[in-house]
Amino acid sequence: MSKQVRRLERVIIRFAGDSGDGMQLTGDRFTQESAAFGNDLSTLPNFPAEIRAPQGTLPGVSSFQVHFADHDILTPGDAPDVLVAMNPAALRANLADLPKGATIVVDTHDFTTRNLAKADYSDNPLEDDRLAEYAVHALDLTGMTVEAVKEFGLSRKDAARAKNMFALGLLSWLYGRPTESTIAFLQKRFAKVPDIRDANVAAYRAGWNFGETTESFAVSYEIKPAPMPSGRYRNITGNLALAYGLITGGVRSGLQLFLGSYPITPASDILHELSKHKAFGVTTFQAEDEIAGIGAAIGASFSGSLGVTTTSGPGIALKSESIGLAVMTELPLLVVDVQRGGPSTGLPTKTEQADLLQAMFGRNGEAPLPIVAPRSPGDCFDTALEAVRIAVTYRTPVMLLSDGNLANGSEPWRIPELTELPEIDPAFATAPNHLVSGTSEDDKPEFWPYLRNEETLARPWAIPGTPGLEHRIGGLEKSDGNGNISYEPANHDFMVRTRAAKVEGIADSLAPLEVDDPHGLSKVLVLGWGSTYGPIGAAVRRVRAAGYQVAQVHLRHLNPFPRDLGEVLRRYDKILIPEMNLGQLALLVRARYLVDAVGYNHVRGLPLKAAELAEAIGNLVADAEGIRHDEVDLAGTSSGGHDR
Amino acid sequence: MSSSDMGLPLVRSGIELVPALEEGAAPQTGKDFTSDQEVRWCPGCGDYAVLKAVQGFLPDLALRRENIVFVSGIGCSSRFPYYLETYGMHSIHGRAPAIATGIATCREDLSVWVVTGDGDALSIGGNHLIHALRRNVNLTILLFNNRIYGLTKGQYSPTSETGKVTKSTPMGSLDHPFNPVSLALGAEATFVARTIDSDRKHLTAVLSAAAEHRGASLVEIYQNCPIFNDGAFDEVKSPTTREEAIIPLVHGEPIRFGAAGARGLIRDTASGGVKVVEVGDAPDQVSPDDLLVHDAYNPDATTAFGISRLTDAGRLHQAPIGIFRQVSRPTYDDQARDQILQATAGVEGSSSERLAALIGGGDTWTVA
Repeated sequence: MSKQVRRLERVIIRFAGDSGDGMQLTGDRFTQESAAFGNDLSTLPNFPAEIRAPQGTLPGVSSFQVHFADHDILTPGDAPDVLVAMNPAALRANLADLPKGATIVVDTHDFTTRNLAKADYSDNPLEDDRLAEYAVHALDLTGMTVEAVKEFGLSRKDAARAKNMFALGLLSWLYGRPTESTIAFLQKRFAKVPDIRDANVAAYRAGWNFGETTESFAVSYEIKPAPMPSGRYRNITGNLALAYGLITGGVRSGLQLFLGSYPITPASDILHELSKHKAFGVTTFQAEDEIAGIGAAIGASFSGSLGVTTTSGPGIALKSESIGLAVMTELPLLVVDVQRGGPSTGLPTKTEQADLLQAMFGRNGEAPLPIVAPRSPGDCFDTALEAVRIAVTYRTPVMLLSDGNLANGSEPWRIPELTELPEIDPAFATAPNHLVSGTSEDDKPEFWPYLRNEETLARPWAIPGTPGLEHRIGGLEKSDGNGNISYEPANHDFMVRTRAAKVEGIADSLAPLEVDDPHGLSKVLVLGWGSTYGPIGAAVRRVRAAGYQVAQVHLRHLNPFPRDLGEVLRRYDKILIPEMNLGQLALLVRARYLVDAVGYNHVRGLPLKAAELAEAIGNLVADAEGIRHDEVDLAGTSSGGHDR
Repeated sequence: MSSSDMGLPLVRSGIELVPALEEGAAPQTGKDFTSDQEVRWCPGCGDYAVLKAVQGFLPDLALRRENIVFVSGIGCSSRFPYYLETYGMHSIHGRAPAIATGIATCREDLSVWVVTGDGDALSIGGNHLIHALRRNVNLTILLFNNRIYGLTKGQYSPTSETGKVTKSTPMGSLDHPFNPVSLALGAEATFVARTIDSDRKHLTAVLSAAAEHRGASLVEIYQNCPIFNDGAFDEVKSPTTREEAIIPLVHGEPIRFGAAGARGLIRDTASGGVKVVEVGDAPDQVSPDDLLVHDAYNPDATTAFGISRLTDAGRLHQAPIGIFRQVSRPTYDDQARDQILQATAGVEGSSSERLAALIGGGDTWTVA
């Protein structure tokens, strides 16, 4: 009997289990299947900082949320429609996030007295009506897995480890996912251990077949592919896109890429990825500390490579003095900060965007540097390339602010044609640039390291090995032009202003802001930066779907701001700045433009929730339009909640 | 000799990949390496002597001037690069070895020098120094040791003797000092030497060997600070005392010093180290034939470390001078470049074609 197939526009699934249960892999495979199927999608991995927290406990729960749809979506979703819980702790840790009516697929195998106690359950929640509001499928996934793989003669422990593939097979059936890529993946991943390989494939197939035959699931679901601009796509995480952007920056500029880095969560994957690509001339140097990482990158840039350092907030704190040296010596340098919860060690595996002011001001003296921030995982590619353009063109360190959410989250990414991408000209100095006039007949041209390009104010980049351009740079203040050490008061004032003007002048190279205000009638503008793009966009859609007007602007350039930002801000009565910090962009915008921007701030280590944010936007719209807050109904319209 | 047959001439030179002057080019002079900047050290500073020696010695290398880079940190000696007509960077406190590591790794065609001091290299930058040494990056590190903080006006340094009375230690310093040579040997540096600012001949010979060495070379230079620590090295510098104070290290020679070679070194079986003995035929003396013969090429650094311990930690009355260790080990930068060569060997297509394949790889799908 073939089962009923019901069509859905979108689904949010959260896979949750113990940190050793392979939930990240499971979620990643489901994501790849959905990407290959052609859905739009967005993901949110969430895992503890401990590599293996005590088994079965609440702190040890690891989860992976995937939102997939037949239309363009922006966030991993606020609340899961489906929770897959592999043990009592996974159920307990995630239950509060589920809306009523959500589906729970739970592996009953670990619901023993001991494991229930580890999850603070005094008795079994599957055996009373506590879960009555949900559609619960209580199944012995582990038991069925062990049964399905017994022919391979694995130990019971090894056999049970394939339970995540059983769960994946079941969910893949439930949502009509293509299976080929996962089977191919398993065959490659476990190629050297045939029994494990075969057991995982068998468990995956058994999960699929169980769905098809059991009466536990009466319907399966279909989510059509999403319409997307034509092109070739792949699913990509932010860290991978960022690494590819850096390699592309190297190829497009003809510069050798040199990464000096010290491992730190959540940035280490960029180091790992770049280390694989030596065939592109990429050198990766795992330094003795954060300071050596950036120091070596500065040395690399001085010698004519493209120096890059990657880290997270604590690493930026350590690198601050070195970043100041790069500001002073005016060398191209990329500083990538994959932000995480702070201060101090903070929440290493959770996301936050609270390093903006550190990026902006976290150095001694007047030490301005350009700051860029990607808005989505795929945008990490373009933003990295933009950072390379600015660094090389303007001879300056550039800070790129990613975050944990972008780093590990993924989305479909249209693979760009290289011809679409900018070419970057290092324009090394090759000859003396100054003639000392009026001295005597032995006048000869000299090289002045601080004689600037009149348009960009960039100084020449003369690399060792270039005859006649021998020069010395350093952290001490230099005389305008000739670059000799100078303590002259007027010169210092001039150089401080010139370094600031150079960074400010980058705004001349930026395109006008894209203002998303469909009817041009909005009184409220929502301004954001970084990974809040998804939740802000989803919240704005909700407000608009309910019939209200709201405008959205998202900044890629945090320093300098685009030239037209002030003018755009003044068009609106009210400005809301949602941030995963206590108001850092808001502080900069209020100070710079004297506008009464208000903040919307959460620092929970998680992305902003679109539904909550929509409420806040709705209230501001109500204020602007002169209506009461309780008259704003965001859920009332038919298309409302199109994208949570 | 256990290892002299390893044959240093077969070992790659530290500057073999650095472009040399064309044949027939006018020989360089010290003036060619002298920048137009006014030298601003205190009168009588030992740094002048080292600068003159370096300016005088660089022409001997016959390298293209533009292929030489000096990197320094912070401190009196770290002004050094400004006075040399080469490429240079006067960086930040303690970080010069890290910056130089980036330069040396990216550019095999450069002769990279680090100029640092006892505070810069051993205190704030101690971590970078030991890691550059253990990685064996092809750098020549000149560590000017004056056993005091000069630029900050006279606080004790990590090489100052315990009990040093300074502005920050009016009742005497409490720290036990570092011996830079022992530290470098502990970090398994492949070239470790000590010389003295005022002995230009010895200084030049050591610099020459250090530059020729492929890998990290650490040269400790005893350097007098006439303002804040004057006379710290008088015993090893004064013509009347130096014969007794200096233990000269010459590869292949018995280690013997003092008037008429009255003293020498032997292994100390009790401690496992090295000790000073009287040389002669008397019962409590040691025959010249039984003295320790210096072997800088010994792959095992134990004996070199033992010799380094004969340096006074307190007021300096005795110090071994010369090349303690000079061994060959693959360098970090050569190996990093080799990995790139290996990875690029046999790859086909332009970098743009390969880039398109990379970013377009993985599981992809097409939307019409």
